Amino acid sequence: MSNRSARSAAAAARSVKDLRLGETGTICCLQDPEMALKLLEMGCIPGTQVRLNSRAPLGCPITLVLGDDDYTLSLRVSEAATILLKA
Amino acid sequence: MARAALITDPAGTAASAVALETLGDFPPRGARPLTRIALIGNPNSGKSSLFNQLTGLNQKVGNFPGVTVDRKTGISQLTPQHRAEIIDLPGTYSLYPKSLDEKVITDLLYDRASEQFPDFVVVTVDASNLRRNLLLFTQLADLGLPIVLALNMMDVAEQHGVKIDVAALQQELGVPVIPMNARKGIGVAALKIVMAQQMSASTEHFYEAEADLLLMIRQIRYYFNLHNDYLALHYAHQFRQINFLTADERAYIGELVAQYDFQATPRQAQETIARYARINDILLNAVTVTRTEKNEPYSNQLDKVLTHKVWGYLIFFGVLFLMFQAVFAWAIYPMELIDQGVAWINSLIQTNFNGPLINLLTEGILAGLGGVLIFIPQIALLFAFIAVLEETGYMARVTFMMDRIMRKFGLNGKSVVPLISGVACAVPAIMSARTIENWKDRIITIFVTPLMSCSARIPVYTVLIGLVVPDEPVLGIFNLRGIALMGLYLLGFFAAIFSALALKLLLRTRERSYFIMEFPVYRWPRWKNVGITIVEKVKTFVFQAGKVIVAISVILWVLASYGPGNALEQAESKARAMAAQQQLNKAETETRVASEKLESSYAGVFGRTLEPAIRPLGFDWKIGIALITSFAAREVFVGTISTIYSVGQDADMRTVQQKLAAEKDENGNPFFTPARAFSLLVFYVFAMQCMSTLAVVYRETKGWKWPILQLVYMTGLAYVSSLIVYQVFK
Repeated sequence: MSNRSARSAAAAARSVKDLRLGETGTICCLQDPEMALKLLEMGCIPGTQVRLNSRAPLGCPITLVLGDDDYTLSLRVSEAATILLKA
Repeated sequence: MARAALITDPAGTAASAVALETLGDFPPRGARPLTRIALIGNPNSGKSSLFNQLTGLNQKVGNFPGVTVDRKTGISQLTPQHRAEIIDLPGTYSLYPKSLDEKVITDLLYDRASEQFPDFVVVTVDASNLRRNLLLFTQLADLGLPIVLALNMMDVAEQHGVKIDVAALQQELGVPVIPMNARKGIGVAALKIVMAQQMSASTEHFYEAEADLLLMIRQIRYYFNLHNDYLALHYAHQFRQINFLTADERAYIGELVAQYDFQATPRQAQETIARYARINDILLNAVTVTRTEKNEPYSNQLDKVLTHKVWGYLIFFGVLFLMFQAVFAWAIYPMELIDQGVAWINSLIQTNFNGPLINLLTEGILAGLGGVLIFIPQIALLFAFIAVLEETGYMARVTFMMDRIMRKFGLNGKSVVPLISGVACAVPAIMSARTIENWKDRIITIFVTPLMSCSARIPVYTVLIGLVVPDEPVLGIFNLRGIALMGLYLLGFFAAIFSALALKLLLRTRERSYFIMEFPVYRWPRWKNVGITIVEKVKTFVFQAGKVIVAISVILWVLASYGPGNALEQAESKARAMAAQQQLNKAETETRVASEKLESSYAGVFGRTLEPAIRPLGFDWKIGIALITSFAAREVFVGTISTIYSVGQDADMRTVQQKLAAEKDENGNPFFTPARAFSLLVFYVFAMQCMSTLAVVYRETKGWKWPILQLVYMTGLAYVSSLIVYQVFK
């Protein structure tokens, strides 16, 4: 998989990183193949709703609420940037 | 507290009482071989609670072969006739390991020929989060393993309005499903009965590999004579990491993988998505969700305060302070009791018996044993706190708040706890680094923690600062001695931080570091789990690190009480003759004898041998002896110099400080100049002079590589720093 082309295409798309506090989006796809697997296993499945729940006092990491499961995930901003949202 | 909680626990009463009697050892095995059961599940799915419910205190911590992962096993009495050995596997989200810890799972489950191979597995799943939890289950089922599903946390699911049709789920999954609440012990009895039965694998398949892979999969399957396709697929995914494959076998798979252009990572992602699709179908038939009115979850409201940018840190530092206070101040009382108890036994033996073997027993072995037992209060208290922080879910918040700061230095948000505890004592602190999942972060934390100034350094600091720093006020409110003491603490802190930074750049790791973690909801701690954690940590320390500590303390005792030839006897008679000449009283004579004997012992010989090496630091052979003996524990320094410097001085010298102040160099000037004292202080800030720390690092990293590196690095750092200090200020 060509990383570079994926990344330039992603520049236009919004990622979870760009969500405002409390805003909800829908996961479209996962960018980084290796991290994608970890994120999938942790429940970040394309099509799932994701809400930016909180930010750590220093801005990173953040917590996300996934789907309607009341399931909270915490991850770094750099990791959140690999989760792209549907337009 | 822990015991009382255990015994009053309604669910585990009988089991705990029996377990207490057989603490530390398993009951003898019956004629029938034990059923071997592996316990596996996602982190936070209540796996540890279930393990504790099944085995009580009847647990044993060992090693997985070749890796630094604890292997927790326990014996469970399933029915009056049937006992089973339960292996607690590390929590994981899938069978594709992301960390060294998780790799032990695949190592265990791939190898059917191994005698460790489990007869069946119990999978714990969080009923309130079934979709994600069933992923691991479907992988295990496709491997063809017989499975019992422990449908845990039914109470939480109910609160969330999740209603599960257990019969339908059992039908869909093809394995026994036991609804339960492991924290309260509900459903454990039913689970045990099912676990005592003969188990067979599920007839359901949850995933078929893509058709284009079938040719490759079948070749691997028949070459290795595997029982199913999915296991063969796993060989293709992970052949580089599978322990039991030979180089030729790996090369064979490597060729196939290249031939078919098999891309592991995207295939694993595809598989995961396909599994979720199948799981959605299953859940559609077995689960109904009726959303209760949506209040803001209490966990979220708590987080608004507990992770607030002001209150969050204030509360966290409050918690740290309390923890620090406990390990530093509260632990003193039981520690003194242990100290006095050992001293009492020692004097009891010494007054009633005599002979060289008695000295070995009292001053060597018993003193070493005392040196092990003395740590128990600190370890127990620290782990009581840590277990509560982990159980309540607060530890995840600590990591969350501290990650950004600690990451810069190659540390982890969780490194805060070991580092701060290190100010009290590095031994429990290093054990607490176990909570850090990432191997590299954990090693760095363990490596730098002993640089934090521990409480054993305080006696050395106060004696030497009192000697050379004047007791003067600074800026009206501070005291010069206080500032010097704080300077030493800061020196240790910065050394730890910058060593971590250096290690971050130096250490290479194949393991990719993620932060992605589940953010658990707040819960009340289960006191039984807290109690078991404390017992387990204390046992591990006493039995595993304790052996090394006793051995080294015996060696140190031999060094200090034996000398080459009859040097010791000569020293004693010489000292007695001189004492008689100077008409010293009995106590003074004994001090003189002790001092002369230490001087001519092997430790004394080593001290003199060491002198050329430590002279550039401003140290003489007397300090050399103290450096050797304080390897037992840093505070021994004070006792040793007090013994050594009593030679040739007036009898009315009482305190150590007076003795040191009276010491003269060859020109008749005071020996302990500020340059010498600070050189020695800096040496004590950095040097690795604690065999207990080395023993516990050995135990936590499962090898001598890291303790030896630590010894070399810290001693080297101490040497160079002291050299600079002495040469600049002398």
